Amino acid sequence: MGKLKNSMRKITKKNLMTYICLAIGFVIIQSCSAGGLLTFQIKGLLVPVCIYIICAVALNLVVGISGELSLGHAGFLCLGAYGAAIFSKITNGLIPDPIRFLLALIIGAAVGALFGFLIGIPVLRLNGDYLAIVTLAFCQIIQNLLNVFYIGVDKHGLHVAMQDPTKLELEEGGQVIVKGAQGITGTPKDANFIIGIILVFITLFIVLNLIDSRTGRAIMAIRDNRIAAESIGIDVTKHKLLAFTISAGLVGMAGALYSHNLATLTVAKFDYNTSILILVFVVLGGIGNIRGSIIATVILYVLPELLRGLQTYRMLIYAIVLIVIMLFSWAPGAIAFRQRIMERLKNRGKGVQ
Amino acid sequence: MSFFSYLINGVGLGSVYAIIALGYTMVYGIAKMLNFAHGDVIMIGAYIVFVAMTSLGIPALPSLIVAMIFCLVLGVVIEKVAYRPLRNAASKLAVLITAIGVSYLLQNIALLVFGPNPKSFSNIVKLPPVSIGGINISSTTLVTIAASVVIMLVLTFFVKKTKPGQAMQAVSEDRGAAGLMGINVNGTISLTFAIGSALAAVAGALMCSSYPILDPYTGSMPGIKAFVAAVFGGIGSIPGAMIGGILLGIIENLSKAYISSQIADAIVFAVLIIVLLVRPAGLFGKNVQEKV
Amino acid sequence: MKNWKRFTAIVAAGAMALTMAACGGSSSGNTDNTDASSAAQASSAGEAAAPGQAWYIGGIGPTTGGAASYGLAVKNGIQLAVDEINAAGGINGYPIEYAFQDDEHNAEKSVNAYNALKDWGMQLLIGTVTSTPCVAVEAEAEADNMFLLTPSGTSVDAISGANAFRLCFSDPNQGVGAAQYIGEHNLAKKIAVIYDSSDVYSSGIYEKFAETAKEENLEIVCAEAFTAQSNKDFTTQVQKAADAGAELVFLPIYYTEASLILQQCAAMDYAPLFFGCDGLDGLLGVENFDTSLAEGVMLLTPYAANSDDPLSVAFTDAYKAAFNNETPIQFAADAYDCVYAVKQAIEKAGATPDMSVSDLCEALKTAMTEITFAGVTGEITWEADGEPNKTPKAVIIENGSYKML
Repeated sequence: MGKLKNSMRKITKKNLMTYICLAIGFVIIQSCSAGGLLTFQIKGLLVPVCIYIICAVALNLVVGISGELSLGHAGFLCLGAYGAAIFSKITNGLIPDPIRFLLALIIGAAVGALFGFLIGIPVLRLNGDYLAIVTLAFCQIIQNLLNVFYIGVDKHGLHVAMQDPTKLELEEGGQVIVKGAQGITGTPKDANFIIGIILVFITLFIVLNLIDSRTGRAIMAIRDNRIAAESIGIDVTKHKLLAFTISAGLVGMAGALYSHNLATLTVAKFDYNTSILILVFVVLGGIGNIRGSIIATVILYVLPELLRGLQTYRMLIYAIVLIVIMLFSWAPGAIAFRQRIMERLKNRGKGVQ
Repeated sequence: MSFFSYLINGVGLGSVYAIIALGYTMVYGIAKMLNFAHGDVIMIGAYIVFVAMTSLGIPALPSLIVAMIFCLVLGVVIEKVAYRPLRNAASKLAVLITAIGVSYLLQNIALLVFGPNPKSFSNIVKLPPVSIGGINISSTTLVTIAASVVIMLVLTFFVKKTKPGQAMQAVSEDRGAAGLMGINVNGTISLTFAIGSALAAVAGALMCSSYPILDPYTGSMPGIKAFVAAVFGGIGSIPGAMIGGILLGIIENLSKAYISSQIADAIVFAVLIIVLLVRPAGLFGKNVQEKV
Repeated sequence: MKNWKRFTAIVAAGAMALTMAACGGSSSGNTDNTDASSAAQASSAGEAAAPGQAWYIGGIGPTTGGAASYGLAVKNGIQLAVDEINAAGGINGYPIEYAFQDDEHNAEKSVNAYNALKDWGMQLLIGTVTSTPCVAVEAEAEADNMFLLTPSGTSVDAISGANAFRLCFSDPNQGVGAAQYIGEHNLAKKIAVIYDSSDVYSSGIYEKFAETAKEENLEIVCAEAFTAQSNKDFTTQVQKAADAGAELVFLPIYYTEASLILQQCAAMDYAPLFFGCDGLDGLLGVENFDTSLAEGVMLLTPYAANSDDPLSVAFTDAYKAAFNNETPIQFAADAYDCVYAVKQAIEKAGATPDMSVSDLCEALKTAMTEITFAGVTGEITWEADGEPNKTPKAVIIENGSYKML
């Protein structure tokens, strides 16, 4: 019993460390910002970094904790962004800004979670690479359909049409909100770093608590051995679906933040490359390692920006760095090599003492 | 009448997917990894053929052989440097991400070496179109189909009947046990990449002959589509890749023709999802029973 | 414990990456400066000028990724004009410092590029190259009240603020222009459209074209789409156009896909009239392209690489000399003109580089509406909303080169 308590405390301690590290990081950045030490470039990166941290932590819930490979999270990001942006465009000026933005965030999360649930039901029966390809397929379908999707609003309310804006049949004075491939423009810019970091905390709180809960342990049991988990009475479908839905909801919320950070929103951005980008953060940070996801996101998102001076060689260097880091952090050979070095350092430290 | 020409054109597109999917499925079947860089090896192969034919004036066939050798070496080097160290990594995803890194790397190398401007590829098949029942079928399509069939048969024969092929099967089945039986696992996987990458050069040349535009990103989307085709047919299955590719091309063109060209992509992917839900291992895939 | 090990490993890897990045970062300033100063040295200005003593002009566009050919064309076009102006003594006696940043044709990256340029000291922006990023950057620039002139951002929202102007035609403008031209010259009655439904430029033109075609009594017999995911095989779209009896195929797309459509039409023995917009410019420049396929293609473009207009000829020759004998596409011409338009506006306003970004913007905003600019892409005046007034030139491809209509 005491042992169990001890291990529980260890987990809480570990989580607490994550929160504290994040809070310290936030305070440092805020004070630098107040002191005028940050460049425009770094300031501009703060909100996108928060968005991708949320995505990476949420995807880690699916990839690391639930053990399923999803290549469709860009689709949820897109749906959340669209849902929130449409809401904000319609209600802009009708509701006070902070309340509208809060509602938009909730709507983004709700849209993401709803589609995560709907897509999860059929999809989670598959596993491994087949699950990956089916989620990728859903992402492509979402992209393709939103490209020919038009929404307008006039006195009579919302009009929805496919393929052709003239089919909206708007009255005089009506406004087209979603214009097919041209997407949504002019969403109010409500996002800022403080809101971003609050959402990161909320995400962490949800994910870390889920992992440490009874449900979380059930999900991990399914990941480790589905049949064994099933045999002790764990409802496999329910738990997998739960993790997938929560993950999609959090990514949808990140999408809402995304659409309120840029003046333009088009589906072209949310292709499989974005899904893969988030997956890169997760894998590099350590599968199942939430804190790792945060660190990897910060490094990998900021890296190409810092490489701007290399001009046309920038993305080439980025690709090489990506491969090298992957080899360095994952290859069994490199891990053994690192451990040898660490041991030698430790021994030397002892020797000096 | 139009139906037949839609169908024939669908087969033409499908044959391109098929020939790419063969390389994909080969590598996946043996090395058990999604080689996201395969589409970019195709692009590099196409560039080599282009440079050899257009800038150096070498005839089509020798150019193709040069490209095959180049891609073969490239594939083996990529496997050795980027994939092999991660083969026993704690997660399969590590090598997937590295493959993505290699894909970015190849694209950016091509961008720097060959420039961003698209180039028009010279058809390597210089034969007149064949007319069957009043419908013209381009000879490139016929050659691509013939090439995919030949490659499919040769690969099947190679894997089933020859010694290195059987070694591949063994490695695919159980890598550890194959090693214990004295099979050179590293060598076998290298050989797989060599064959897969040399096929990529052929696929690149034929794809760019059918659709003669070439830029550093030419390979990535057909690569994904071919991957879908391979999954469709049951990834790892050689005849499955061939049939999956052709079916994908036909479905894509018929849905453009009879449903809507605006949402053709969505329809193609919806069909894929339905197939996978009904047959989780694809049309020709082996359903592996899970053991406790 | 295991987690901790991994954690330290990641931190180590991260630290490595960061140090590398930091090296890159610190050298970044240097490379930029040397780039700029080498440009300046070529001119009479000599050493890189201090802020306030030179015009800091920034540019943004894709130099990597699928749209890289457009971004690099703009980058080179601006470079050429900047070098020429610096060699001739600068603007109002001050040299130009020029930096161009990559945005990968991605709105998010474009804003990052904009912020990086602000750190560099940018006073005015020529960009961005593509529409979607331009909308995002324009929102930032409007908040900063920074002057923005886009060479090729065609969507309506790309210049939504009072600070923004464009040199090219807008999407609706091109759609209307094309439909009117076809109607007025009675080119055809039955029209097919093949457009990219996943692209802002293409779908923007198509929408307006469809509207105006109705007014011009043109019948659109089929409107077929493709997407960035399936942009190789157009046989079905072409077949449908042929079956519908279209006499003219309207192609509001870029030349890469158009070259495939032309080739596939030829293979099917379908030979309608082809009509395109400025995106088709560049078709003849595709290396190894069989130009006989493009014979008879008509397009509305502000600039044609081998026309006999003396300004165009001079620009084309200078561009070829500076950049490995590459034939400039219309993007390069637009960018080149942007720099000279900015020069004329600065001279008109009598501005100096020590003005604040916002003051400069106010001065240029007024000056832009007062100038009449004569450049490679024609004679242009600007409205206060940023839209250019210029007449589109229709050209036809004959014997492998453009001919004015």
